[in-house]
Amino acid sequence: MSYDRILIDQGRIIDPANNVDAVAPLYIAGGRVVALGRAPDGFEPDRVIDARDRLVCPGFVDLCARLRSPDVEDADAEFAEYRAAAAGGVTTMLCPPDGSLVIDSPAVVRLLREQAQNAGLGKVLPTGALTRGLNGQDLSEMGALQQAGCLAVGNGDAPVANALVWRRALEYAGFHGLLVIARPEDVSLKGDGCVHEGWVGSELGLPGIPACAETVALAQLLALVEQTGVRVHVNRLSTARAVDMLALAQAQGLPVSADIAIHHAHLTEAAVGNFDANAHAVPPFRTVDDRAGLIKGLSQGVICALCSDHHPLALDARQDAFQATLPGLASLQMLLPLALRLVEENEVTLSRAIALLTSGPAGVLGIEAGTLTPGVSADVCVIDSGREWTVNESFWLSCGRNTPYWNKAFKGLVTHTLISGRLASEL
Amino acid sequence: MIRDIQFDDAGRLRHFLTLEGLAPALLYRIMDTAESFVSVTDRQIKKVPLLRGKTIVNLFFENSTRTRTTFELAAKRLSADVLSINIATSATSKGEGLLDTIWNLQAMHVDMFVVRHAHSGAAHFIAQHVEPHVSVINAGDGRHAHPTQAMLDMFTIRRIKGDFTPLSVAIVGDILHSRVARSEIHALKILGVSDIRVIAPPTLLPGGIEQSGLRVFHDLDAGLRDVDVVIMLRLQRERMSGTFLPSKQEYYLRFGLTEARLRQARPDAIVMHPGPINRGVEIDSRVADGVQSVILQQVGYGIAIRMAILSMAMHSGDAAAAAREAS
Repeated sequence: MSYDRILIDQGRIIDPANNVDAVAPLYIAGGRVVALGRAPDGFEPDRVIDARDRLVCPGFVDLCARLRSPDVEDADAEFAEYRAAAAGGVTTMLCPPDGSLVIDSPAVVRLLREQAQNAGLGKVLPTGALTRGLNGQDLSEMGALQQAGCLAVGNGDAPVANALVWRRALEYAGFHGLLVIARPEDVSLKGDGCVHEGWVGSELGLPGIPACAETVALAQLLALVEQTGVRVHVNRLSTARAVDMLALAQAQGLPVSADIAIHHAHLTEAAVGNFDANAHAVPPFRTVDDRAGLIKGLSQGVICALCSDHHPLALDARQDAFQATLPGLASLQMLLPLALRLVEENEVTLSRAIALLTSGPAGVLGIEAGTLTPGVSADVCVIDSGREWTVNESFWLSCGRNTPYWNKAFKGLVTHTLISGRLASEL
Repeated sequence: MIRDIQFDDAGRLRHFLTLEGLAPALLYRIMDTAESFVSVTDRQIKKVPLLRGKTIVNLFFENSTRTRTTFELAAKRLSADVLSINIATSATSKGEGLLDTIWNLQAMHVDMFVVRHAHSGAAHFIAQHVEPHVSVINAGDGRHAHPTQAMLDMFTIRRIKGDFTPLSVAIVGDILHSRVARSEIHALKILGVSDIRVIAPPTLLPGGIEQSGLRVFHDLDAGLRDVDVVIMLRLQRERMSGTFLPSKQEYYLRFGLTEARLRQARPDAIVMHPGPINRGVEIDSRVADGVQSVILQQVGYGIAIRMAILSMAMHSGDAAAAAREAS
């Protein structure tokens, strides 16, 4: 149901972008935040959301979510991932270019935006392909992609042929003022690896991906950023060493930012210890020390965002031996509970956790989102942080069941999600 | 844990997927049972009726002659009906998924699958999806495990050396890609061997080996010093050039087992090899055929060990079937 004026009353408002952490009413009208604290003159709400004992914060901005549905012919499932996003508190999503459709032409960008419009749920920002057809060789028509609405370009998980192509791509993207998103991985060092190269993978006899597959590629990327001066966001880091390298680069003034996938803040190589294909991730889950390094990066500000790295997969994609399964986790609805678990484990403060889901990623894209500043689009979520729930059919909306957390209990549930002032999800 | 699904509710062996986590008593029981089958192979009529009426399917997704033959012989000597399917030329090449293949065969009232697969964890995956009365035996999965091979090697060692605890055992060669080595390391640890050494160039050692508690050597002479057992691994020819090794000649120069090198080991040391052997690459013919070699004994004991494991696992399947009928 649509309401023009909404009052979210008595909630604890956390808006890290404005350093706000206070119990106060939030006023929404005409799809925008109009005030916080004091009611605007003559404000008469059509709807009051009682947020007593709840958190109220900006809608989450997710820098990596694939909205491809594993059952594309199922009309009912068509918008499942959008519904999952809304239920998870995610209001803006950046789609990597390597989903079911390669985002390398304005037509595909328009198609994705139309699909999002039809869903009427989350805001979708397609990432344009860095190279044509993600072939890693030929630059895409970045100018046209930008005109069609892309804010960023990247090659997703597809490799870029060599350092020269990277250099030219950075220079050309920089010329358009486009953000470049890169996931550093040296494909020759990765080989046929499917888990972290360490004793757990060795014991299981699974081919490993060494940590240096990430750091070697990151070192090359940082050298190219230094050379070109083009702004790069590093997507889904997995190693402690990479965090250190990034910290150094940032200290030297290089324009680089980074995120990690939420599950990498929790899981280590041990997660695959029973050939559990639901822990088949890209990049792989690494060591206890790597996890500690990632968390240090989160708390110290080297890493500015947590993304879902949502990748829904059909059941068939997991019905095989580990190595033969497709990697990826369905995780849009895990962003909040896993972020709150970090707070519970004293790894980050509540304010920092919310910042990593809101103002941090919005800042990377330079968009007006991830904040409750009066005047901005009212993308808001209301959270019952103490609510216990189990990851099961009752709550799960994604078509993909590919999560190691299935049937596991969590605390923290989004009770209301507003997108442009409209209730997109309500428990 | 993988070992949890290896046992039925009564704690009996149901699947045989890995040696990791198994108790020493079980390994000894397998070897004791195998002892009783050794004499069967010496009889004029080499058969016992233990698995009469049972159907065992050898499901080989990866080529193998030796292992498939010994499993087939073991099953036949237990009087089971055996079906060997070369998957490379059957349903999966027509696009059928792994589970559909298994479920179709299961619908034909199969009692046991013996599985070889190029992917680590494949046997474990199949074991998770078969009906309660069906057993799965791992005949080698990727780089992960080859538990029956390791057990026949342990059986060979026990027959010749007796007690495991005072032994020094060296495993030489391509540890990185070897499922045999992984299973042998588990077996040796379980049986109390305190000095387990791996000898290989760094390119053929798995990541994280330093966490394994094994002694790692890159020098064959140093690694063989005073060992009681030398287990040579097959070096796949495709690994002899390019990124792993420069050439088979250079490998033989540094890691080939010659008579001179073997003299570093104890005089009564035995030389083992899971086969097939590459003469002049990982082992010199004079050593392979020499008095210290027990390679052919290993092959013979392979049938007895596999008879033991098939019969023990089938016993659990019988219990499951009986419970099903009773209910």
